[in-house]
Amino acid sequence: MNGAEFLLWTRGTAFDIAFAVFVFGLILRFLEIFLLGRKPDLSAPRGSAMLGGVRTVFRRSLPADGNSFRRSSFTIVAGYVFHFGLLVSLLLLAPHIELFKSILGFGWFALPSPIVDFFTAMSLIALIAVLLHRITHPVLKFLSTPEDYLVWFVTFLPLLTGYMTFHHLFLPYPWLLGIHILSVELLLLLFPFTKLMHTFTLFIARWYNGAIAGRKGVES
Amino acid sequence: MSASLERGINAFKEHLDAPIAAFFSSCVHCGLCADACLFYTETGDLQYTPIHKLEPLRRIWEQEYTLLGILKKALGLSKPLTDKDLQDWQPLLYNSCTLCGRCSMVCPVGNDLVYMIRKAREGMSASGNAPAGMIGAAKRTVEIGSPMGVRLPALQAQAKHVEKDTGLHIPFDQVGAEYLVMLSSMEIMNYPEYLQAVAKIFKQAGKSWTLSSEAFEATNAGIQIGSSDIAREIVLRIVTAAEKLKVKTVISPECGHAYTAIRWEGANLVGRAFTFKVQHILEVLDELREQGLLKTQGFEEEKLTFHDPCQLVRRGGVIQQPRNLMNLIAHNFVEMNDHGKMNWCCGAGGGVSANEDADEIKMKAFNRKKIQLDELQVEGLVTACANCRIQLEAGLEEYEMELPVYGLTELLADHLVEDK
Repeated sequence: MNGAEFLLWTRGTAFDIAFAVFVFGLILRFLEIFLLGRKPDLSAPRGSAMLGGVRTVFRRSLPADGNSFRRSSFTIVAGYVFHFGLLVSLLLLAPHIELFKSILGFGWFALPSPIVDFFTAMSLIALIAVLLHRITHPVLKFLSTPEDYLVWFVTFLPLLTGYMTFHHLFLPYPWLLGIHILSVELLLLLFPFTKLMHTFTLFIARWYNGAIAGRKGVES
Repeated sequence: MSASLERGINAFKEHLDAPIAAFFSSCVHCGLCADACLFYTETGDLQYTPIHKLEPLRRIWEQEYTLLGILKKALGLSKPLTDKDLQDWQPLLYNSCTLCGRCSMVCPVGNDLVYMIRKAREGMSASGNAPAGMIGAAKRTVEIGSPMGVRLPALQAQAKHVEKDTGLHIPFDQVGAEYLVMLSSMEIMNYPEYLQAVAKIFKQAGKSWTLSSEAFEATNAGIQIGSSDIAREIVLRIVTAAEKLKVKTVISPECGHAYTAIRWEGANLVGRAFTFKVQHILEVLDELREQGLLKTQGFEEEKLTFHDPCQLVRRGGVIQQPRNLMNLIAHNFVEMNDHGKMNWCCGAGGGVSANEDADEIKMKAFNRKKIQLDELQVEGLVTACANCRIQLEAGLEEYEMELPVYGLTELLADHLVEDK
């Protein structure tokens, strides 16, 4: 297999398999959650569950309060930098938008690639920082399971290979791009069956949390 | 599998719902909940990290309700839950958790951790893994009517006392009264000022009220231990009394969990919406204030602060009322850092006060309150939960701090304009 064939395979068969697993996996996981259902709440509401839910979906992207921020500032700041950089490189790089356009039928504006490149580098640095934090901070070390490290690895890989592809580092371009696409496919394959799912389920979790609180008139 | 373990697992399964599945699916082990939990911050003991306390419940969710978990279980790749696991988790789910809900406020993915702890306790209690002290409290509530073993004659005696001291009538079983006043055992045993204050306030406001000789205990050990059956039985007594006396409103006393039990869990436990309103005494008092029916005179000149009971602010939505009431009678009312919905727990809610196994750790946890108080240098501490109050008084004594603790209702009653 030469570079061109490899790239073709990652774009064709491999992508189809990974994407199918991703989509069916997502549907399965959402069903697993929603089929469990929820008992209706018969208590007299003080506030709106709906408004509380919507509020918390957005509000929870910010730290709860100053004290909580000070206590966990490293986790919070590194988390922001990594997630923001990841989203910028995933959603605002021109070739990525072309791909989304081919799947979704519509695209959106792209950022100049040097800016995306900067955010990618920031994201990579932040990811290394959170990994170091995870293996050194007592609470994180205590909580972490092999899955946490696996999830870190498959998130780091596409960013790293994307960065390498953009800068044409070490390998011929078709190989680099093929490896980058393959790393994304690995992420897609594992996504529904790991805590990468939080990307989507956090909105459900926040909604429930906010709805439970909102009904009682508590701002969550 | 032992019968007790099976009962526990069945209880877990019965209480696992879509919110819990969404919560467990979302946790990324970021550790923020540890920093929000006073049992972790004051001890530095890693096992008190809130999400870790939920590991037994999480394992059952994963092994029973996710395809991957079911496959792993079938292939023998997952760790089955054992009796020993449940025993090991008893100190984590009971001794070191007051159901205060701070963790639920900080989790960045939005997990309502205390919602899950409340449900995890159902499995613990069903499998016989609840602490002896709490089992005793629950048993006394079911058999005698109160977790502290207080019977009606004790209340009647107290009512007589109040009548003698104040010349006011303490009504029992008045059909058609507007308010049914509930009490906590602690108010009957330790803080008789509360009943006296309520009698004076309603007299001035011109409102009809009553106690019930069949249901006067508002606290609910069933909620705390995690037994919906016991919780239902206790709530049902209040519901029956309220319906029989045809009251408009049931008033939850100065107690946090009693409020959660009647106001938020009650209707769900008995399986139907209530025909009466449920309010915390502070909500009632603030309404009376708004209507101009709470006439006070004079101000406390001491520097005072208010300790928010967790079940009122974070789990109950009663936040502004105590502040309105404090400002009515205190010139120098100051707020603690982290007051209101992010206030730190006293360290003994959620049944911890009834659990002797937690005697040591609840005093360590109180250190958080000590820090908050040291920052303020107040001359008096006001709260609206008899359970908080007992812990606050014990903690202040343990840490050799001289600080009087007041119940807000009685403080208000001290400032009522006397009828001429």
